[in-house]
Amino acid sequence: MSFSLNFPLFAIVLSLICSVVSALLPRKAARVLSLVLFGMIAASSAVILLYTGKTGRIFFYQMGHFPHPWGNELKIGALEALFSLAFSLVLLSCITGGSRQLRIDLVPKTSNLYYSMVDLLQAALLVLVYTNDLFTGYVFIEICTIASCGILLIRQVGRTTLASVRYMIFSLVGSGLFLFGVILLYQVTGHLLMPNLRECIALLWKNGQYRVPLLAAMILISVGLSIKSGLFPFHFWMPDTYGYATPASSGILSGLVSKGYIFLLLKLVFDVFGTEVFYQSGLQNVFYVLGFLGMIIGSISAMRENDIFRMIAFSSAAQIGYIYLGIGVSQTFGVAAALFHVLTHAVTKPLLFLSAAQLSEAVGGKKQFKELQGTAHFNKFAGFAFTVGSLSMIGIPPTMGFISKYLFAVSAFHANLKMIPTLIVLAVSTVLNTIYFARTLIRIYNNPDGTSPSRIPNSAQKPFVLSAVFLIVMNLIAGIASQPLVNLLRESLNLF
Amino acid sequence: MKQNSLKEYFRQWDAGNFDFTEAMAGEDHPKRPKPEKPLPAWDKKPILRLRNREIAFFRKLYAPIAVVLCTVMIGFLIYTVCSLPPFGAADLPTNNEVTARYLGKGMEETGAVNTVAGVILDYRAFDTLGESHVLFTAMLAVLALLLSESGIRESEAERRIMQDDLILRTTARVVTPVTLIFGVYVMFNGHLGPGGGFSGGAIVGAGLILYSIAFGFENLGRILNFKMFRIVVLFALSFYSIAKCYSFFCGANGYETIFSAGTPGAIFSAGLILPLNLAVGLVVSLTMYGFYSLFQRGEI
Repeated sequence: MSFSLNFPLFAIVLSLICSVVSALLPRKAARVLSLVLFGMIAASSAVILLYTGKTGRIFFYQMGHFPHPWGNELKIGALEALFSLAFSLVLLSCITGGSRQLRIDLVPKTSNLYYSMVDLLQAALLVLVYTNDLFTGYVFIEICTIASCGILLIRQVGRTTLASVRYMIFSLVGSGLFLFGVILLYQVTGHLLMPNLRECIALLWKNGQYRVPLLAAMILISVGLSIKSGLFPFHFWMPDTYGYATPASSGILSGLVSKGYIFLLLKLVFDVFGTEVFYQSGLQNVFYVLGFLGMIIGSISAMRENDIFRMIAFSSAAQIGYIYLGIGVSQTFGVAAALFHVLTHAVTKPLLFLSAAQLSEAVGGKKQFKELQGTAHFNKFAGFAFTVGSLSMIGIPPTMGFISKYLFAVSAFHANLKMIPTLIVLAVSTVLNTIYFARTLIRIYNNPDGTSPSRIPNSAQKPFVLSAVFLIVMNLIAGIASQPLVNLLRESLNLF
Repeated sequence: MKQNSLKEYFRQWDAGNFDFTEAMAGEDHPKRPKPEKPLPAWDKKPILRLRNREIAFFRKLYAPIAVVLCTVMIGFLIYTVCSLPPFGAADLPTNNEVTARYLGKGMEETGAVNTVAGVILDYRAFDTLGESHVLFTAMLAVLALLLSESGIRESEAERRIMQDDLILRTTARVVTPVTLIFGVYVMFNGHLGPGGGFSGGAIVGAGLILYSIAFGFENLGRILNFKMFRIVVLFALSFYSIAKCYSFFCGANGYETIFSAGTPGAIFSAGLILPLNLAVGLVVSLTMYGFYSLFQRGEI
């Protein structure tokens, strides 16, 4: 066994230890520690990605002296490595790019706790990506839930307190439903490790035993995770949560945390329920319909919004709709498109939030469209970054957004009945995306009313420029040289 | 007018009731001074009055919708539970090779007489590692929420009344030492019988809280101040993480660990389970006491 297979364990334990240590450190040290940690995790994920990509296999890493079904396990494959790499890179750029706002928004007494919680989020995301055990997944979902509320409410203004109460309630309902599902699955199979669960469920489904509990478990787990990731009828926590958090937190919550839950859901579909059982149960049609509605209604809500952050948040609801639509369309091409869109959204949304924060600061912290008139002239680079992000969300080549829309369209051609509605909804939603992003772009590039009330010194902007350039480059590279990435996703789906 | 009402309808769904929020929670930006509101805003503007009427309408709908939803959910869950395998039957699906090994070989493999301790701290130790960090995360969130405010100090008068309570103080004087010793016993005994870090820590935490209710925070605060608190939690949790990382690493790579199972039943046996139970117990007790202290007086 190659030594690099130990890296996920080290990365998880190291982030847990760093979070505990950060609680004792002063702000600056905690910040540096987090940045170093994310960099190291990204590097180690890249090594794992190279190794698993080269061998083309999936490895099971036994956590302790007992193999499954007795002890915990991690599952290490190219897909997992790719997502942990992407997540840690985006986390790194969120913390870097939002550092200026973090300094303003955080109270000195508690600001090191922010980095502590971000480290915990990193650990939880890694586990959600790598775990091969259902209950471990649940435990780290809890960490993810509490830590996300923490990084939301640490900016103490009235709206964030209310938003985090609302987010907490939604999120806890989701965790509760997930736990019910896990209990039901354990009752009918007696296993918690994913490979054993999958065998048992396939057998039970074939024999027609315990059909009701199995279906109920699938429904509860899917609904639980879709509440937490913000699928259409459950997306009402999104605008407040993303709109009023400090920009780094908005980027992390929209770009990573909700994606972690989606990745876990896909893992469950493939590794626990098995694609045959899941796609026979008809649940994918529910995802399809809800994703379909989410794409339209999320975009319409975004169009009606007057606040730039809330508009981006509603656009997130629409993008989550795309992902669930992909899961609903088909288990091969659709899911590959959904996974690609997870990456697209993870790279693009933080960029939008960070640059919007910069733009709003250029006009003195205002967030309404009326007041953002011409702000891109005051902060040229932020305007450029916002433009690239918008183009990627609309789906203009050579950005990643174009590739994901292309993949969704391709997947539509492989689905018989769903082809026409999928293509129509893609077209309609692209038009809607264009309307609200073009409106924003026109507004921010319109002639300014005067001079900028608050110029940000260039030195203070450096971290933002660094992270924005990084995100843009990632976006463009993945958009131009997308074929290796798409191949990797499709191959790993076959390996699942 | 109609268009407005539709707009407000959507606004209400996605933003919560806007003015209510502003009024309850204050302005959006901390630096902006709060505008003075001499009259309730809805008294002047027709749109806002309309919005309030709509809110009242939806308030009326909430109760019936909630009842219906809960009934449906309860019915769904009861129906599901009815089709589960009967409780306690011999051929339950849960009665499989997993439980067989836990019960049959657990003592031999982990060295713990208490099978539960063996399962949570050896077979499935990664879950418990996560679980103890859940507590830590919750503590961080509460600290982030409460420390940044100026502190909700318990009023002097209230404290004096509590401390003058003869019955409480006498009882606490008798009960606290017993509680603490029992808690420590439960922690140390986790691998030999019922107990372990979580339950023992909860008992110790309860003892600390009882003591601080009866005698105030001053005495306890001399030993258990915020710095001490953080250092203990740091050492307990990082010891846990490092020890388990070592044992996972050895297990995955096929090495033997230096911790042996020992003789089952002896106090120093079961490898890492005893120290891990102590670490978990410290974290749990301090978290419980810390929550009480934070909510009571806004600091630890």
